[in-house]
Amino acid sequence: MSTAASLHQSRKRKNAVMMALCVIAAGIGLAWLALILGALLYKGLTGVSLSVFTEMTPPPGDAGGLLNAIYGSIVMTIIGVVVGTPIGVLAGTYMAEYGRFSRLTTVVRFINDILLSAPSIIVGLFVYELMVRPMGHFSAIAGAVSLSILVIPVVVRTTEDMLNLVPNALREAGTAIGAPRWVVIRSVAYRAALSGIVTGILLAIARISGETAPLLFTALNNQFWSSNLNAPMASLPVTIFQFALSPYEEWQQLAWTGALIITLTVLGLSIIARSLTGRREDR
Amino acid sequence: MSAVSEAVTSSAMRTREATVRRFALTDTIFRAATRASAILVLVILGGVAISLIAGSWEALSKFGLSFLTTEAWNPVTENFGALAPIYGTVVTSAIAIIIAVPIGIGIAIFLTELCPRPLRRPIGIAVELLAGIPSIIYGIWGLFVFAPFLQTTVQPFIINLFHGIPGLSSLFAGPPYGIGLLTSSLILAIMVLPFITSITKDVFDTVPAVLKESAYGIGCTTWEVTRRVTIPYTRIGIMGGVMLGLGRALGETMAVTFVIGNAHRISASLFAPGTTISATIANEFTEADGDLYTSSLVSLGLILFIITFLILAIARYMLMRIDSRTGA
Repeated sequence: MSTAASLHQSRKRKNAVMMALCVIAAGIGLAWLALILGALLYKGLTGVSLSVFTEMTPPPGDAGGLLNAIYGSIVMTIIGVVVGTPIGVLAGTYMAEYGRFSRLTTVVRFINDILLSAPSIIVGLFVYELMVRPMGHFSAIAGAVSLSILVIPVVVRTTEDMLNLVPNALREAGTAIGAPRWVVIRSVAYRAALSGIVTGILLAIARISGETAPLLFTALNNQFWSSNLNAPMASLPVTIFQFALSPYEEWQQLAWTGALIITLTVLGLSIIARSLTGRREDR
Repeated sequence: MSAVSEAVTSSAMRTREATVRRFALTDTIFRAATRASAILVLVILGGVAISLIAGSWEALSKFGLSFLTTEAWNPVTENFGALAPIYGTVVTSAIAIIIAVPIGIGIAIFLTELCPRPLRRPIGIAVELLAGIPSIIYGIWGLFVFAPFLQTTVQPFIINLFHGIPGLSSLFAGPPYGIGLLTSSLILAIMVLPFITSITKDVFDTVPAVLKESAYGIGCTTWEVTRRVTIPYTRIGIMGGVMLGLGRALGETMAVTFVIGNAHRISASLFAPGTTISATIANEFTEADGDLYTSSLVSLGLILFIITFLILAIARYMLMRIDSRTGA
């Protein structure tokens, strides 16, 4: 009897210890998030002023802003999304609609999932070999192409997943009144899956707006204002990289401010994206 | 009368036929467009492989397999070897995974078994938000906040603690730079934690409630249910998540570039600066003069590509097996 009781006690103790460890683990995860965001806010906010958004990146040791870097990031992100999204949506459509059970879909899904988590610096090398080397110079368009390659897998994945959630009865109803397949896809399936597909696009924007590695040797960087797509262009992440590793205090401060801008953008996009599909997940 | 109605019917038939033909044509075009886009995904991956092989040809044909086993990295004498970056990549990723896996599984257990229901979703989202933070943010935080903290407090303490103990004293040998292999590993651990956590949580949710309830029913504690039912049932999925995290850690570039120190040597001490494949490429690619230098850097990229491809393929295979089981 007493051995049974002591066994019971030791099992309960072990349970309490392990569960306490799990709570501590969760605490560590949350504390880390809080620490990083806290440091960002603390260091970044001190440098926020109007001049950050109205002035160009300064020469070493001078005050200035991040206008050309912000502009470059927005331009390349937009081009990347505009190029990548249609390809991603169409590929996802094939996988969920026309070729749901085909062999090609299985292969594409597997390869797409690998591209989804492939190192982004590899994409940078690929675009360098594909565009920068033949053209002979770095350019904003090469940067945008490498970003679009990062957009495609995210959009493919979410489009396929969301279209697969559309009930088949809806499609059959469309077909029954004589609508051809592509009209059913466009007017029924896309409409039903719209919020999910938009979520995917927002997540893709969130992902590429902070990407640095693929821009390092495609778009390079530019100290000055440039709207020429065929020339090197500044971007926020690459500017942060350059400024943070510099010995100049003004540059380091701008790097922190830029980091804060990027983080708030990314977190904002992810939160909007989540709230779009939030209701579905709760069900 | 009948001639008129015949004419009407045949013209209606013609419009109808034309419409059907038009529909069929648009459908064919749309189908072809979607199929081409799907194939483009394959073409991109193929293009990446081909361009990396083409770009690394010069270096690989000059150095051959000894590229993999040479520690030297000398742009002046044009003698390049990949051993130091490969070593740094493997060591930092391995330490990161060793740290992140227990914590990640712990958080997943917390979220599925312990957490009060109203808090479950906010905490889950908070952990996933960690995954969305761009790696350059981890880098700048690591360089300006985390590394100085390690340099002034943790590292001197550990160096003193293990001083004179064989093995450990050389593993944790000074001077405390702050930046180095261990700092990179810790940053990587923070970065892969959300991936491992969210996948582990997802696969934990696939365990049928009946299995867990029957274990609770015979009097198991929460830990025993987790240890004996949940984890064995989801083992493949957890492994997949770990491999996915490992793939991330191996290819992670910017955060590591900030805090690794970019030194092409292999040191016994984890406090020493080192380099990884991706950090080497990020740091040196735009400055590389000479085709052989560039080609050597692309060769490093090819090695990274092959390693991560294999790891990610294994990860996806494992996760697919768990998916097909829940689907059945």
